[in-house]
Amino acid sequence: MSSALPLSSAVDLAPYTSFQGLILTLQRFWAAQGCVILQPYDMEVGAGTFHPATTLRALGPKPWKAAYVQPSRRPKDGRYGENPNRLQHYYQFQVILKPNPPNLQELYLASLDAIGVDLKLHDIRFVEDDWESPTLGAWGLGWECWCDGMEVSQFTYFQQVAGVECSPVAGELTYGLERLAMYVQGVENVYDLNFNGGTGDDKVTYGDVFLQSEQEYSRHNFEAADTAMLFRQFTDAEKACRTYLDAGAPETESGRHRMAQPAYDQCIKASHVFNLLDARGVISVTERQSYILRVRELAKACGAAYLKTAGGGAA
Amino acid sequence: MPDLLLELRSEEIPARMQRRAADDLRKLVTDALVERGFLYDGAKAFATPRRLALHVAGLPARGKDVREERKGPRVGAPEAAVQGFLKSAGLASLDQATIVSDPKKGESYVAIIERPGRDTLDVLAEILPQIIRSFPWPKSMRWGQASAQPGSLRWVRPLQSIVATFGPETETPDVVPFGVDGIAAGTTTYGHRFLAPDAIEVRRFDDYVAALERAKVVLDADRRKDIILHDARDLAFARGLELVEDEGLLEEVAGLVEWPVVLLGTFDPAFLDIPAEAIRATIKANQKCFVLREPGAERLAPAFILTSNLVASDGGLAITAGNERVVRARLSDAKFFWETDKAIRLEDRLPKLDSIVFHEKLGTQGERVERIAALARELAPLVGADADLAERAARLAKADLVTEMVGEFPELQGLMGRKYAALQGEHPSVAAAIEDHYKPVGPSDRVPTDPVAVAVALADKLDTLAGFWSIDEKPTGSKDPYALRRAALGVIRLSLEREIRLPLSDAVLPSAFDALPAGRRVVAIDFSAGMEQLEAELMALPPDTDLFANPLVIDLLAFFADRLKVYLRDKGARHDLIDAVFALPGQDDLLMVVRRVEALGKFLETDDGRNLLAGYKRAANILRIEEKKDGRSYEAAPDAALAARGEPEERALSEALVTARAAASAAVEREDFASAMQALSTLRAPVDAFFEKVTVNAEDPALRENRLALLNALRAATREVADFSKIEG
Repeated sequence: MSSALPLSSAVDLAPYTSFQGLILTLQRFWAAQGCVILQPYDMEVGAGTFHPATTLRALGPKPWKAAYVQPSRRPKDGRYGENPNRLQHYYQFQVILKPNPPNLQELYLASLDAIGVDLKLHDIRFVEDDWESPTLGAWGLGWECWCDGMEVSQFTYFQQVAGVECSPVAGELTYGLERLAMYVQGVENVYDLNFNGGTGDDKVTYGDVFLQSEQEYSRHNFEAADTAMLFRQFTDAEKACRTYLDAGAPETESGRHRMAQPAYDQCIKASHVFNLLDARGVISVTERQSYILRVRELAKACGAAYLKTAGGGAA
Repeated sequence: MPDLLLELRSEEIPARMQRRAADDLRKLVTDALVERGFLYDGAKAFATPRRLALHVAGLPARGKDVREERKGPRVGAPEAAVQGFLKSAGLASLDQATIVSDPKKGESYVAIIERPGRDTLDVLAEILPQIIRSFPWPKSMRWGQASAQPGSLRWVRPLQSIVATFGPETETPDVVPFGVDGIAAGTTTYGHRFLAPDAIEVRRFDDYVAALERAKVVLDADRRKDIILHDARDLAFARGLELVEDEGLLEEVAGLVEWPVVLLGTFDPAFLDIPAEAIRATIKANQKCFVLREPGAERLAPAFILTSNLVASDGGLAITAGNERVVRARLSDAKFFWETDKAIRLEDRLPKLDSIVFHEKLGTQGERVERIAALARELAPLVGADADLAERAARLAKADLVTEMVGEFPELQGLMGRKYAALQGEHPSVAAAIEDHYKPVGPSDRVPTDPVAVAVALADKLDTLAGFWSIDEKPTGSKDPYALRRAALGVIRLSLEREIRLPLSDAVLPSAFDALPAGRRVVAIDFSAGMEQLEAELMALPPDTDLFANPLVIDLLAFFADRLKVYLRDKGARHDLIDAVFALPGQDDLLMVVRRVEALGKFLETDDGRNLLAGYKRAANILRIEEKKDGRSYEAAPDAALAARGEPEERALSEALVTARAAASAAVEREDFASAMQALSTLRAPVDAFFEKVTVNAEDPALRENRLALLNALRAATREVADFSKIEG
């Protein structure tokens, strides 16, 4: 029996004919730049930035290069599958390079070229967009990257993460994969994206994969999510985060922290639970600010703990 | 004379910061040069998205030599003095000093210190890195490997290269020898990111501009603006359309491109159902594109102008198609907002306002709407509006804040409300009032004309002012976070330009305060300061103040008086006349104050007015001196019989005062200030004659007292129209 299965001739993995082709091309591109290609973090997050490979690794002096796809959840953006551009669950492709190389803009443009954006035909622009995450106590300067007037990526030089000045600064690139795929595939509705590159009966669309879940999760996020449970989970996560930080605290003044990452998981958890509560409309304007502050305090404490680990560069 | 060329090339600089940064660069470099004694012929700075550039023309190659004489001790002075002199003048021995003789002081040492002027190149090498390191960007950042060290260079985005050359036109200029954080100044730069990716060598400003132009970079932002504007107009014209010009957008767009290429895109005419303002808002804010209209019409055309940064190999087809796609998606969103919004009546949105906090201490927007509605109803008769319509308009005025469209484009507040109101069949005055109740915003904005709009506009502003006054959030110095000065100016302009009488302290302000959330009102008088202070404050109030009036009213009224003064001063009115009118008690009606100031100004321009003022001043002077001398005042009414026995001029003045004062008082009562002034003007002749013929300080004490009382009566008569003591000249 032959070990090589025949490739289906109907499948085309070019970045401009399939969603997964786009992802694979970006992974290959950044792998060639020496990035660690990671898999998505196994928790619900609002953006690829929350992945510890970005948030925690951006801290401290150690160089780091990574790229990964991160499914991201924005409960409030659910539209029951009826809006061609908005999703409560979508994919980000995240690249983090610390310190940022001097030619990061050129590398980014080369990655666009790699996925089939012809730079002689398309108008690429870097338009001011300063990034700030109040929940992560993080900010940076950069741009939204426009292709013919459409925002296709975010480009940020991290200045501060978890309340700590970045030293050295990391460069972060975030590609909005669905939007980029819609552009290179020339599709107007996200659910019409060709996911697998197949044609005819072999074609699987984004809608085939995600339409039902968008409908179900929209219902869940806006109508059903158990708010009493979520409030409990928020408090539990907050408490657990503190407990783990205490339990892993260094035993001596110059010792290492031993549980920064499990504590940070609870911070991520609290943040997502907050987003769900927000989507359910049960948090008032004034309370909102205080919840954001509570998550930020956790993020800052986790960041401080991480700096006392080997990964954070502690001696 | 040599020139300086400086270019700081970076990653993309935010459009909004470019012009200011170019100005700062020019100022910082030229100031630093002048400070060191280097004068220049001219300096100009430029900015593109990827560079700041500076050209300083006509600098000297070297600074001036400096010769300084430093006086030393006399010859034969103690050793310590000599040593101190040598040290401070930098001399090795007295041989290097000169001896000068003075006929009085004898001989003394002088050190002549000559410092040759420094090479400009060296001075630039010292100045430029300092300026780069401390450049005043509104926001700056660190980057790359260098950011691992503290104190690394900050710039708006990563700084990539520096060109700095200095030299005369005829020779190859020198590179200014400096570097910042490992970036050495040189002669290499780059042109357009995509159209000319190769390095270019530059020497001086002239060939720099030409080289950039060849490398598809237009250095001068104003030239880029010109190109965009003219190409946009031409493209529109070719389609039989007209560009909707927008200076702010033009400035921004010129800061987003180095080589502007203007293209025209179209969209489905079906989108033109969306209000034009919303189409323009989304295309401008989200896509940085211009909209177009049918020539001579308000109606938009289904097309837009985009400015790309690329001469594309397909002539811009793909770029146009891409932009059209995004505009289509944006307009679909706007259309969705518009359709969704139309499906809900404005009054059905009101409950949502109950959950929006206006201010922590002033309740929700919903509560505020109730207050404004009640106040608008109360104001309606004063402005000639129908009370029901005013109340209705006020109730709906804020409903559009919770529409999708205004949520997305806050600048469309009011305008969208008017459109939704018109669609749901509201009275035209109600619909117009919803848009206009925010007006006037500032000194040059339009003032509404429809009485319904005027009532709601006044109610909105008065509630704001009373509210923030009641929680003691008043403007201080340059801080006015709630734009209360603007609100007061709005009330002033509404009142004056629409000729509305507002009895502020009697009715309007108390109503506004009374409507505020209970238990949150603050009394402006500080009771803890003790009885003495309290008593002093109460005594300081004008005599006919109603002591039971809310002190907040008095305080807010003073704020209005203050803003009115500023407003009138800007209009060229004499501040002393405004003071003269405000010095009278009970001036709470802005319109009447202004009418009085106007009448007074006109009166004082006449001979009668000027002479009467002179007579008044003379009378007041005499009174002041005599009252001080006698330690008493002469406030009793003059005795007419006594006056009749004195000089004829005395009797004439006495009679004229009685008539004139009565006439002036009656005229003021009728609010006929011109007639009041007219009445006072009859006093001029008798006053002049009195001062000419009558000696005030008569021998007879009774006569003297009565004459002083006559002068006091003159003072009192003028107070019918103003406090003349405040008038200058």
